[in-house]
Amino acid sequence: MIRFEDVSVWYDGAAEPAVEGVDFEVPEGELTLLVGPSGVGKSTVLGAVSGLVPHFTGGTLRGRVTVAGRDTRTHKPRELADVVGTVGQDPLSHFVTDTVEDELAYGMESLGLAPAVMRRRVEETLDLLGLADLRNRPITTLSGGQQQRVAIGSVLTPHPKALVLDEPTSALDPAAAEEVLAVLQRLVHDLGTTVLLAEHRLERVVQYADRVVLLPGPGARPVIGAPAEVMALSPVYPPVVDLGRLAGWSPLPLTVRDARRRADALRERLADASPVDGRDPSSRAASNPGTEVPVPRRFLRRRSVPDAPQAQPAAAVTSLAVRRGAVEALHQVDLTVTAGETVALMGRNGAGKSTLLSALVGLVEPARGSVRTGGVVPHRTAPRDLVRRVGLVPQEPRDLLYADTVGAECAAADRDADAVPGSCRALVTELLPGVTDDAHPRDLSEGQRLALALAVVLTARPRLLLLDEPTRGLDYAAKARLVAVLRGLAAEGHAIVLATHDVELAAELAHRVVILAEGEVVADGPAAEVVVASPSFAPQVTKVLAPQQWLTVAQVREALSS
Amino acid sequence: MAPPTGRGRPAVHPGAWWLWSLGLAVAATRTTNPLVLALLVAVSAYVVAARRTQDPWSRSYAAFARLALAVLVIRLVFAVVLGSPVPGTHTVLTLPEIPLPHWAQGIRIGGRVTAEGLVFALYDGLKLATLLICVGAANALANPARLLKALPGALYETGVAVVVALTFAPHLVADVRRLRAARRLRGRPDRGLRGLLQVGLPVLEGALERSVALAAAMDARGFGRTADVPPAVRRTTAALTLGGLLGVCAGTYGLLTAEGGVYGLPVLLVGLAAALAGLRLGGRRSPRTRYRPDVWGARAWLVAGSGIVAAAVLAVAAALDPSALHPGVVPLAAPALPLLPAAAVLVGLLPAFVTPAPEESA
Repeated sequence: MIRFEDVSVWYDGAAEPAVEGVDFEVPEGELTLLVGPSGVGKSTVLGAVSGLVPHFTGGTLRGRVTVAGRDTRTHKPRELADVVGTVGQDPLSHFVTDTVEDELAYGMESLGLAPAVMRRRVEETLDLLGLADLRNRPITTLSGGQQQRVAIGSVLTPHPKALVLDEPTSALDPAAAEEVLAVLQRLVHDLGTTVLLAEHRLERVVQYADRVVLLPGPGARPVIGAPAEVMALSPVYPPVVDLGRLAGWSPLPLTVRDARRRADALRERLADASPVDGRDPSSRAASNPGTEVPVPRRFLRRRSVPDAPQAQPAAAVTSLAVRRGAVEALHQVDLTVTAGETVALMGRNGAGKSTLLSALVGLVEPARGSVRTGGVVPHRTAPRDLVRRVGLVPQEPRDLLYADTVGAECAAADRDADAVPGSCRALVTELLPGVTDDAHPRDLSEGQRLALALAVVLTARPRLLLLDEPTRGLDYAAKARLVAVLRGLAAEGHAIVLATHDVELAAELAHRVVILAEGEVVADGPAAEVVVASPSFAPQVTKVLAPQQWLTVAQVREALSS
Repeated sequence: MAPPTGRGRPAVHPGAWWLWSLGLAVAATRTTNPLVLALLVAVSAYVVAARRTQDPWSRSYAAFARLALAVLVIRLVFAVVLGSPVPGTHTVLTLPEIPLPHWAQGIRIGGRVTAEGLVFALYDGLKLATLLICVGAANALANPARLLKALPGALYETGVAVVVALTFAPHLVADVRRLRAARRLRGRPDRGLRGLLQVGLPVLEGALERSVALAAAMDARGFGRTADVPPAVRRTTAALTLGGLLGVCAGTYGLLTAEGGVYGLPVLLVGLAAALAGLRLGGRRSPRTRYRPDVWGARAWLVAGSGIVAAAVLAVAAALDPSALHPGVVPLAAPALPLLPAAAVLVGLLPAFVTPAPEESA
């Protein structure tokens, strides 16, 4: 269906090809997963299928890409619109119209289908994707998972033979991701649609793939094969594969179910050991929820002078309510974060995680209740003063970066924070070895940009560090680096709060997990207890080794080696 | 949280709402009688209150009302400060007059403020304000994007450009807000002009990137596909469109100048017909079809008709009996409500009864 014949792509002005020697075929009706570390050209390969590379992006494509027999050399993207449907990383930038129904019809209108056909297909697609209740809703009012389904629906209505998706679940909470993947499953199984998708969160998708195409490194030739075979040599792999490699299982398990069937022996070996935590044990004691009884909190709230910084929590939120327009985004939220503690905020898209972080840095004003970070009320504190107490790395780290070189950005950060010149640069060197001063922040990869924003925020040495969805678009290697950095910071006594959908990240890092739903705290407790109890927030290792309470492969590895 | 519920398909063609409100606006231009103008505002407000939906654009009515009020206030302030061309005898107050050099003769700042001048400015400002409110009513009742959908196929691409531009502005505002908030995170003040200027470049970068992404998505979804058209049809299209536009120009010129009274109208009509035929033929190049186009039904006729009736009656009444629709300012006289025009304005209420009420949000 989709055939790459010795394809290489050079972008204008680039020293090396973006991809080279790509030669594979996606047979009709298969779901093919494209994997690889960041920056190996996955998006380029996907773009070449729809003809956007090189017709839209510029650059030179050597070799030949054909889709359903049409050569992308002679067919522009608009002439391939009836055979390929493409959904990019950000569904919002994909929408042309403003309501769900019109969006589903848009592609068919462009192709000139008869009105009766369009009407029938819109109704069918609404049912297929479970969007019938949303048909008249303005798209901007939908949740992330719903938007992603609308984006998929909008390219499905012209009945393309192939569907190309770039990171369809990266921005979604676990439940919404399941929703989208269930739809893809259905398309492949029931309608025989050919699907090619790229995704970093392999733990979510690898079990659905019929075949995996691995791009091992920039410019390296792709490796193609069955998922279990490719996972054995892939530099990126989900935790369940990691566990399988550790235990020496062959073929490698791809699902929790496969792994559980083989895990009896491993569970026996681990029966006597108990999870040793890589996290600082002393800070764990501090996170004991027993210290969270309401009496000392009320006491803290009454005390107005921040006289004893040791006894004071890094953040104290008391019966907080925040309104956004007519909607109550947060309701009766209580949260205390002590120094050295890492808290993961989890919950659906739109549950109020980002709003809680914004309240902690004073970007939104509480409607009721109080917020104190480092002893001050954040929204009434001057920004210059606040940066020393609390720092937030927003969902889009680019928002924090204004300068056009890394060097200028660092110099500005030193000035903003009144830090010794060079302190930001030292942090960047530590977090991002190999990035030069004259690099443009926009040319950095997603993970590098996050590290730069983190360095900028850390220049002021805030006692409380907040991260909003830090692993979006990061590959496993970048994530591992981030985990190491954040653990180091927690050990130095920084309090860290991260809002995340990434259960594996929460399992690796958090001492405590707080789950929000509809603006309220529904669970708050030690990470192991909270995630183990939840079917959607439990990491893969926990599911495989239940009822034993293991969270990460690292814990298992350590227990086995000792 | 109560999500906004569906608005469904619009019950009435958006063009009908525009014709209705433009009819009221034309009626407003025919009179300075404050009672008739107030009646016009009341009619449009009632219909908007009764028939607007929960959609974002429906909130624009309040913005237009505020703008209208601002226009009225500015007009009055000008009348007070700069004086009025209307002679008057009832002095309300006297401001200190600023002496101006002789080359500024004819301009006056300060001085006597007369009741006649104020009333004249009030009537004049009210007329403008009513006009704005009528346009605001159309904006609140009809989705601008759906109206553009009704454009002929040949103009479709222009229509899309307008729609994309319309969504560009709200995105830009949201970006500015987000980036200014982000300045706070860097320890810089998030208010003030400097803050605004410093986020300018990132905001434009973001907007540009979004536009490029949207263009890529539209291209991949078949935007701009063209059908093959025989050269003869292409040439005919060009000839008809160009000839038609020339005819429209010549006809308008003829209508406006005194000597062309005879040929003006027919040339204009022929030109218009040719241009429309050209557009229709040009539409063949685009293979697009329309999904559930809005239908122009009996309700649309009633809605549009009620506005046109109001406009027509007021235009005729203004020609026949100018004094009733333009109450005297010098000497001051209390305006009376002329019955026939008032009744015609009340016809504009018809849409509130013939169209179905929008679904209430649950």
